Amino acid sequence: MVYSEAFLSAIKAIWAHKMRSFLTMLGIIIGIFSVTVLISAAQGTTASVTESIEGMGSNLISVFVFDKRANLNERDLSDIENLPGVSLVSPYVSSQFTVKSGANTVEGVETIGVMEEYQTIRDYKISAGRFVTESDNKKRIRVAVIGSEIADDAFGGSSGAVGQELTIGGTKFDIIGVLEPEGTSFMGNLDKIVLIPFSTAQRFLQDTEIRNIYVSAESSDTVEMAKENIENYLIELTGATGDEEKEGYFVYSQSEILENLNTVTGTMTAFLASIAAISLLVGGIGIMNIMLVSVTERTREIGIQKAIGATRKDILIQFLIEAILVSGVGGIIGLILAYAATGPLSNIIGSQIGIESGVMLIAIGFSLVVGVVFGIYPAIRASKLNPIEALRYE
Amino acid sequence: MKTLIDIKNMYKIYEMGSEKVHALDGVSIKVHEHEFVAIIGPSGSGKSTLMNMIGCLDTPSSGEYFLEGINISKYSENELAHIRNAKIGFIFQQFNLFRRLSALENVEMPAKYMRIPREERKKRAKRALDIVGLSDRLNHRPTELSGGQQQRVAIARSLVNDPPVVLADEPTGNLDSKSGEDIMNMIKELHKQGSTIVLITHDIDVANEADRVIHLRDGKITLDKKKGAN
Repeated sequence: MVYSEAFLSAIKAIWAHKMRSFLTMLGIIIGIFSVTVLISAAQGTTASVTESIEGMGSNLISVFVFDKRANLNERDLSDIENLPGVSLVSPYVSSQFTVKSGANTVEGVETIGVMEEYQTIRDYKISAGRFVTESDNKKRIRVAVIGSEIADDAFGGSSGAVGQELTIGGTKFDIIGVLEPEGTSFMGNLDKIVLIPFSTAQRFLQDTEIRNIYVSAESSDTVEMAKENIENYLIELTGATGDEEKEGYFVYSQSEILENLNTVTGTMTAFLASIAAISLLVGGIGIMNIMLVSVTERTREIGIQKAIGATRKDILIQFLIEAILVSGVGGIIGLILAYAATGPLSNIIGSQIGIESGVMLIAIGFSLVVGVVFGIYPAIRASKLNPIEALRYE
Repeated sequence: MKTLIDIKNMYKIYEMGSEKVHALDGVSIKVHEHEFVAIIGPSGSGKSTLMNMIGCLDTPSSGEYFLEGINISKYSENELAHIRNAKIGFIFQQFNLFRRLSALENVEMPAKYMRIPREERKKRAKRALDIVGLSDRLNHRPTELSGGQQQRVAIARSLVNDPPVVLADEPTGNLDSKSGEDIMNMIKELHKQGSTIVLITHDIDVANEADRVIHLRDGKITLDKKKGAN
């Protein structure tokens, strides 16, 4: 039989058992739906995290020093700043405090001591007032730049906040500026922070060590070079040798953080998708089950077909197309439902989710493969029926 | 006259446990073109086995089967499917129509397996239904037709590929006597038009409608008699 004819008769056969066909399809619908939604949700989340990391600037390098022998001081910072490939350096120290302004209290506010350069390194924008300056640092004065959320919560907006007083952990600070909203990322709420001069923070936190610095490379091309130079500088500073060399510090570029993150989210996506794929497997078994029932029910019919000249191949193709049609249509319906679900899901997860065309193709391809894999055995069984016995079947 | 079916010393042996059953025990038959042959025998005589052999649904344990001069006793399942499709028109006791298909679609089926293009197929199927007088029932399903009408659809189906042999297995067995008579008349008419007919039955009255009656008992031919001859 010509394929298009086999296709039409398969549609008829499926239509003849609407309820049964739909229930069989449901397994595939659920399978494809969950695989597609999970992969798309994971992709959407990864994309938004990636975006927020990239938003921090592709030239950014973070440095953490653990080795106690490397007690970084201000001269080291300016040495690092002069290393080839490096553009700007700012030390970084942070702790969480409860901040108060009059009757308003905000708990768990990340209070960070930074230098003037930090604004450029992190690409912070000021919506009112100004950022921390070198002279603030020199004078160790108690001034603060606050995140937009604190401005909104404690002062009802950025414009009213500048010039007001803010109590951080019991100490009074003058507000000199407000940051533009940055949004929330995997690093936390970027709008619920307070930036103060580094030197003030050292005294305030009673922590004179510099363990954490942020560096910006001259350009994205010099990131690797800058990273290497900083590492060598730190090795020299600590006097570490051999295996020790790599243990005293972390120097991360943005691309490395992204890479690590992608590995993690990739594993995560694969894990979720394989769980969802189990439901697809169950759907496939459902198809095989119902196809076997259908072969038994149609034994006599197959006998007649063979008597009047159907070859094994004719019968095989007929049943295989039926299985593929059930799984294929199920796959398409599952995909449509998944597409419909992305809107509400985007709202729940908080990052934009779309179904990539690649994922769509894979989903459809997968459902067809399931049809072939689970339809082939019943089809072979049908094709191998002995016509005499099949004709005798009641 | 041309020999159409030439069965030479055919055996079909089934093993039932340790016992061997000779369903066909050295059967030789020649059927010529335009003959109307009835094969009669009680149940267990081997007539169903013989019908399956003539219809190319089964292969013998030994012996040979020449159909239109070609030895098909060693043909593969696939080759036999093509032979059945082109050379044999089946009429069954149970009509064996496809319930989900219309009369026209039922009649089209053998032509479909022959890969005849749709238009040509429809034309042939309509002509075959015209021959059996069902031109006004093309789109009726088997369940909407009487037994006699269903058997006429089956006859039309057996004719659609214009096979050299029409093989009828108890064609009136499931019909009332009036419809049975109609069907027999139709088969006789087909014979008159030139078809070669092999009829399998256990009913001597039906068998006597044929020009030649072959009696089968215990897998052997006991009598092969032409009408008019003594």
